[in-house]
Formats: sequence, structure tokens, C-alpha cells
Amino acid sequence: MKGAKSNAAIFRWPLLIAVLTAAGLLSALVGDDVWDALSWALLAVPVGLCGYFSLARR
Amino acid sequence: MKSVTPDPAMASCAPAARSGATSLQRWVWVHKWSSLVCTLFMLLLCLTGLPLVFYHEIDHALGKHIEAPEMPAGTAHLPVDRIVDAARRHHPDLVPLYLFKEEDEPDMWVVKMDTRPDTDETQAKFSVVDARTGEVLGEPRFDEGFMHLMYRLHVDLFAGLAGRLFLGFMGLLLVVALVSGVVLYAPFMRRLDFGEVRHGRSTKLWWLDMHNMLGIVTVTWALVVGGTGVINTWADLILKAWQAEQVAALKTAGAGAAPGGRAAPLQSLVDAALAAEPGMAVATVAFPGTLLSTPSHYAVFLHGDTPLTAKLLKATLVDPVSAAVIETKPRPWYATALLVSQPLHFGDYGGLPLKILWALLDLVTVVVLWSGLVLWWRKHRHAAAVPASTAQAATTARGGA
Repeated sequence: MKGAKSNAAIFRWPLLIAVLTAAGLLSALVGDDVWDALSWALLAVPVGLCGYFSLARR
Repeated sequence: MKSVTPDPAMASCAPAARSGATSLQRWVWVHKWSSLVCTLFMLLLCLTGLPLVFYHEIDHALGKHIEAPEMPAGTAHLPVDRIVDAARRHHPDLVPLYLFKEEDEPDMWVVKMDTRPDTDETQAKFSVVDARTGEVLGEPRFDEGFMHLMYRLHVDLFAGLAGRLFLGFMGLLLVVALVSGVVLYAPFMRRLDFGEVRHGRSTKLWWLDMHNMLGIVTVTWALVVGGTGVINTWADLILKAWQAEQVAALKTAGAGAAPGGRAAPLQSLVDAALAAEPGMAVATVAFPGTLLSTPSHYAVFLHGDTPLTAKLLKATLVDPVSAAVIETKPRPWYATALLVSQPLHFGDYGGLPLKILWALLDLVTVVVLWSGLVLWWRKHRHAAAVPASTAQAATTARGGA
């Protein structure tokens, strides 16, 4: 049995997703074209993960 | 590697079973009640917000969108005075309040009119006027049909300012629920991998894991959309405060409009505003006495051409007689907060793909809300099934969630 995880270990991935989401929300605000595309790519990360984790069977 | 959870009950009871339980129990209480109070309203806001994200697309699809007829590119525009005249002829018993120009519809003006400049504008009428010919192209109705129902349910529950502020308070509770949810995420995840959803153990564990996983992955988006939604409910108050600040500054500067003078042509006022802010374009002209102007000046709102400067409107006050642009204080921070909050709430600033992502994140939020409700209901029903004293003890032991 694995030991209990630390808060740092628990929040490592959520923190990264939070940063990517925030960058995605801001990038379409500061510019068009490339910035819009960057925004789509970054915001697709949380959406994609929701789908993946919902369906994945480990 | 797959982590092993020792006991399903352990995971859900972790907050109470660990040391420091009292602090966690408090967070559990905060999460439970902030969520329970706002969940049904948040479900309503998510479901009504879904069609509102695609407002323009739906409007076009329903054929309700008014289009300017094809004319050679660069056809000259009429002075705005002619546009106002056309709208006045269309609604002879009303006075103009605002002229709007959409960024992507440069050849059309939307004129908003009402019986007086200082009404609550709920009965206002709109006419769309061709900027090149002065022809009234149509009268968009924003006060009827499915989208209006969605809009009012989303914005004020048909209860005006009271409804807005009530929904804003529900939004604040959502923010509390999200923050407490993040705090509670840790004790539930001590022995689980990130994103792990336990299938086939029990329905309850599946709902719990889905709630935690979907919640933590989308929490940033939910905080931003929830928080900016709350700011939007204060829009009227923010605009009134900004207006009061401007009027007060004008009074101390002694820049009240000279009464009784002959009004200058409206186009000369607009030109003066444009000359004062090179490189910007007109978004809105507000007539004196409206929410966006002052009692004795026109306000011309200008926008830039990047997504951010397009939203961060610049307000210029223009004297109706001398057509002089009046030096005003820079936009206060709370007005900036409102203007930035609008795109971040609507999701309308990055094309159709961004809207689709917005809709998907909205749907995920529906599942988070629903799963939270299911988890509470299952526990509540379970607690009700055992004798009252035992149920009380059980609820306390489970941290009251």
C-alpha cells in the first residue's frame, strides 16, 4: 500500500491545469489569430482531460 | 501505477477521521451549505447560459438578424444626425437614448429609444438604420421569444435589479463553494492518483470521484466565469458610480454646459471625440441624461482594434453646444473591472471554437453541480433511514457533508 500523498503531490497537476486554463482565458483577450488558436489549444486541455478521465478505466 | 484505496468508507470519511478534523469539518460545512443554497440557481444559470453563448449564431439561424444590403465597399456614411432623424421618424413619440455600432457591422447603427432618457430602459425600442442611406432596416426585438426568456432567467429572473443582485449573491456562494471544494479535494485524494475515477466499486464512489475530478480540472474556468458573472450583476451600480464621479469632477471643474445655447450638429460632437482619441472608432453615442452620459453632456464611447482595447471602451464627454471634448478623469478601476469581466463571462472573444469550449466547460459544470447534489441526496436519504439520534451521530462523524 502506498503512503498518503502530500498536498504538494496532490495539487501538482491541478495547479498546472489552472495555469494553462488561465493562460488560455487571457490569450484570446490580448490578440487575434495566433492568440485565439493558442487559447483554443490551452482550453482544450481541461475539456480533454474531463473526457479522458471520465472514460478511462485503469 | 494504480493506487490502492484501503477502504471506500475511509476515503469519504477522511475529513473526520484525520487529525485536525475540526478545521476540515468546518470546511465540509462551508462546502455543503454554500453549494446547497446556490446549486439549483447555478444549474439554471448553466442551462440558460448555454444558448446565450451562441446568441449571435442562433439569431442568424432564426433569420432574425438584420443585415445591411450589399453596396460598394467604402460607400460614404451619412452624418449621424440623419440617422437620428430617421429613427425619430420611425418612432415619433420616443426620444433617442443611444446609438450603437457593432465592431463587425460598420454599416449599421442601432438606435435605442424610449419615452424619456432616464427610464429603466426595459420598454425601450430599437431601430436598425443603414449608416449609408439612412433607411430604417428593421426593428430588432430583444424583448420576446426563447432567447429573451433565456436571457431574463439568466440575468435577473424577471425581477430587475433585485433579481440581478440575488443572482450575484448566489454567484458569490458559488465562489465560496469552489474554494472550499479545492480545500476538501486534498483529504479525498491522499490515496488516489490524479484524475482516478473508481469504476465498479460502488455508485457512490463513482459519483464522488467524478465530482472531484471534473471539479478540480475545471475549477479555474468556473471561478473566472462565476466571479466575472458576479461583477456583471453590479453593472448598473458600477455605471451609475462612474457617472456620478464624472458629474462631480465636471462640477468642480466648472464645465457645466452653457444652458440655452444652440445645439451643435451631432456629427461634429462625434468628430471631436474621434479627433481627441486618434486611432479609435465609435462604439456608442449616449444622449444627455442617460445612464451612460451626464445630464448635460453627450458621452461618446470609443474602442480600439485589439480584442482587449475593443472591450476597454474609452469614454469622452462632449459639450452639446460648443462640441468641445471635456477633459475627464481616466476610467476608474471598477469600470475597467466591469469591462474586462464582460468578455470573460460571455466567452465571445475568441471565435466559434472558444464558444464551443465554453459550452463544453459549462456542461462539465452541470455534471459537477448534479453529482454534488446526488452525493448530498444519497447521504441525506441514508441518514433519514436510520433512527434520528444515530443519524445525527453518523452525520457528525462524516463531517456533516
